[in-house]
Amino acid sequence: MELSLPARERRFVASLFRRKEAAILLALLIMVIVIGTIAPRFLSGTNLAQVSRQISFVTIVALGELFVILTGGIDLSVGSVMGWAGMAAAWAMVGLGWPVGAAVAFGIVAGLAMGAINGSLIAWVKIPPFIATLGMLWFAYGNVLGLTKGVPITGLPAGFLTLSRGTLLGIYVPVWIALALAIVAHVVLTYTAFGRRTYAIGGNEQATFLSGIDVDRIKFVLYAISAGLASISGIVLSARLNSAQPDTGKGWELDAIAAAVIGGTSLAGGSGSVLGVVIGACIMGVLRSGLLMLGVSTYWHISIIAVVIVLAATLDVKTKGK
Amino acid sequence: MPALLRMTGVVKSFPGVRALDRVDFSVAPGEVVGLLGENGAGKSTLMKVLAGVYRADAGELVWEGRPAAFRSIQEAQRAGVSLIFQELNNCPNLKPVDNLFLGREVHGRSGLLDYPAMRRRAREVFERLDIEVDLDVEVRRFSTAVQQMIEIGKALLSNVKLLVMDEPTSSLTDKETDRLFRVIRELKANGTSVVFISHKLAEVFQITDRIVVLRDGRNAGELESARGTVDQLISLMVGRELGSFAMERRAVAPGAEVLRVEGLSGGAVQDVSFTLRRSEILGVAGLIGSGRTEMARLLVGADRKARGRVFLEGREVRLRSPRDAVAAGFGFVPEDRKVQALVLRMTVRENLTLAVHGAVKRLRAFLSRRKENALTDEFVRALRIKLASREQAVNDLSGGNQQKVVIARWLAARPRILVLDEPTRGIDVAAKAEVHRIVAELADRGVAILLISSELPEILALSDRVLVMHEGRAKAVLEKAEASQETIMSAALKASA
Repeated sequence: MELSLPARERRFVASLFRRKEAAILLALLIMVIVIGTIAPRFLSGTNLAQVSRQISFVTIVALGELFVILTGGIDLSVGSVMGWAGMAAAWAMVGLGWPVGAAVAFGIVAGLAMGAINGSLIAWVKIPPFIATLGMLWFAYGNVLGLTKGVPITGLPAGFLTLSRGTLLGIYVPVWIALALAIVAHVVLTYTAFGRRTYAIGGNEQATFLSGIDVDRIKFVLYAISAGLASISGIVLSARLNSAQPDTGKGWELDAIAAAVIGGTSLAGGSGSVLGVVIGACIMGVLRSGLLMLGVSTYWHISIIAVVIVLAATLDVKTKGK
Repeated sequence: MPALLRMTGVVKSFPGVRALDRVDFSVAPGEVVGLLGENGAGKSTLMKVLAGVYRADAGELVWEGRPAAFRSIQEAQRAGVSLIFQELNNCPNLKPVDNLFLGREVHGRSGLLDYPAMRRRAREVFERLDIEVDLDVEVRRFSTAVQQMIEIGKALLSNVKLLVMDEPTSSLTDKETDRLFRVIRELKANGTSVVFISHKLAEVFQITDRIVVLRDGRNAGELESARGTVDQLISLMVGRELGSFAMERRAVAPGAEVLRVEGLSGGAVQDVSFTLRRSEILGVAGLIGSGRTEMARLLVGADRKARGRVFLEGREVRLRSPRDAVAAGFGFVPEDRKVQALVLRMTVRENLTLAVHGAVKRLRAFLSRRKENALTDEFVRALRIKLASREQAVNDLSGGNQQKVVIARWLAARPRILVLDEPTRGIDVAAKAEVHRIVAELADRGVAILLISSELPEILALSDRVLVMHEGRAKAVLEKAEASQETIMSAALKASA
């Protein structure tokens, strides 16, 4: 069949496909079609709602990871900060009897504090991000264990649980939260001086510094953003689990980094996009759910996901500079 | 004498550009051939085709009388071709011996590295090159000149027959250049051929036997070095006669004092004081390692100073970071544009507006694309930056145009004081002349300029006064009338006595 779009539309479509994200978007669509064909149950409304909610938790964390990776940094502490913030919010509600809104704010502030420590160590003490956030990974998790003695906090108020169970237009609240945060992140990275400078630091930190830009302050803010987003995800995840558990978020830093890398974010810094990260998170989520639907033994899921991550990285390396 | 290398009809295209168009190039054994041309003329591409980095689309390569086509640098090296690039290709974290023998390590009977043997051979090589090298120090601690000698040493170890040097003297002092030339002459005496790529025309005549000029990817002509003149060479390079190499006439005399620096110290810099006036160009001369760049970095707050006071229009200012300096009205063009100034994968627009986000904002935080575009277009026009589009990655521009983008970034910030560190390093003759014109115009418009340069003719042509530095100290300030190559060199050298 001959496709005959007007020239302008043709150019638009062509530009879409030239975009870096086009390849992974195509991969995602193929995955959805293949899984949906073999196991139609995957495409049912209930399943898609569940999957999209699960994806939104990773997406929120991965957005924060994107900000720091764009500067050539990394945040290994996001998983622990999720657990820490969820625990803080739950304690404020159950232990102190605070209203939901105040408790959520308290949880986010608790998470931001950890991000501020990360940021200070990296920006001013000049500890490499890998080491500083590795320390924070243990520090935040250790604090949770120490304060709770490993006991989960349960009995969360019903109002709090709507953060995860509530729906709007048939879509779960966490999805809306992730969508809103993704849009804000996109606007910040694309249309503000702060975003431009974030990319510039990743592209050439020295040049950015010599251009009179306060690189240290930006780095500090970025690690706070990363922790803040992880906190939001952790708090909403506690609502989903109906309890704050010490192990909530454990290992999620790897999912977040994987989502960013699958989405085309360069670990060397300077390139990556919100759209890519969202698609990357979707690929991870669809794969997890799809494998379950296809009846693949859960014991094999991890190694299959590993293969997908390495494939995505290979694709990224091979298509670069072409 | 049969040629060592004969390349005929070499064609190489990249998307959108024909980089080499039927180029012929040959080198006889023991011959030193200069390869010249403006940036983008095809010199580096030709050498990369020779060394197997690129494969030619068409053309013939005959090496020692036999047709050949090297498929990789390694293969070219085995045949006897060694390249020394503008950017040194060494491992700065390793010691000289490790660098010399990288890829051809000497093993003992045990199968482990035989360091005593390698050190012995390393000493022989360095003796031949007439340099003293501490074998127990990491390479990064050596000056560029010594690092370059280590690279040449690497070539010597591999029984080089043809040594290609791309801009080897661009960061060398005159003395270091002399030593390099002694080495080249010794190589030549031993039958090794050399291809010498440089923008310093006087040097090219001094060291080469023959000069091949490329222009827009084609052979533009050839000169016998003994008989040709600089003017002939320039006209071959640019394709037209330049009136002369004459420098900018300045219209406006220096005005009131803008900047006073007292006792600036820190790192290698000790107790440097000077003043700078409106519309004045203060040249800063000195050998590599004399502390010129370090002084500039202390001044603009890029490095922390130990002592010293800075007065701006009579009032003391504290510049703790480039941010403070920019806010106070400084602009700083650092010495290495790719490493220190440009975000290479960003666009021309993004690079140009990097220091002036305040001027292209709307609603406080957002960048206005319209304002960015307008500002970019204004300076692209004013500085005659050649580009396909302002959305082009700055990496794709030629060296001269990249340098103009860096300068434009600071012009957009409308500085009162502009610090230029080696603003014309590694850019071609025409671009150099344009940068000179821009600098002179800026001074005429009232900007006070601190011009650091290793090229004395540049300093002499542009400066109202010349500050001579040596070993971190300001040794002399020469007025325009008394400044000459001789007085500057003697001020710098007397200091070391």
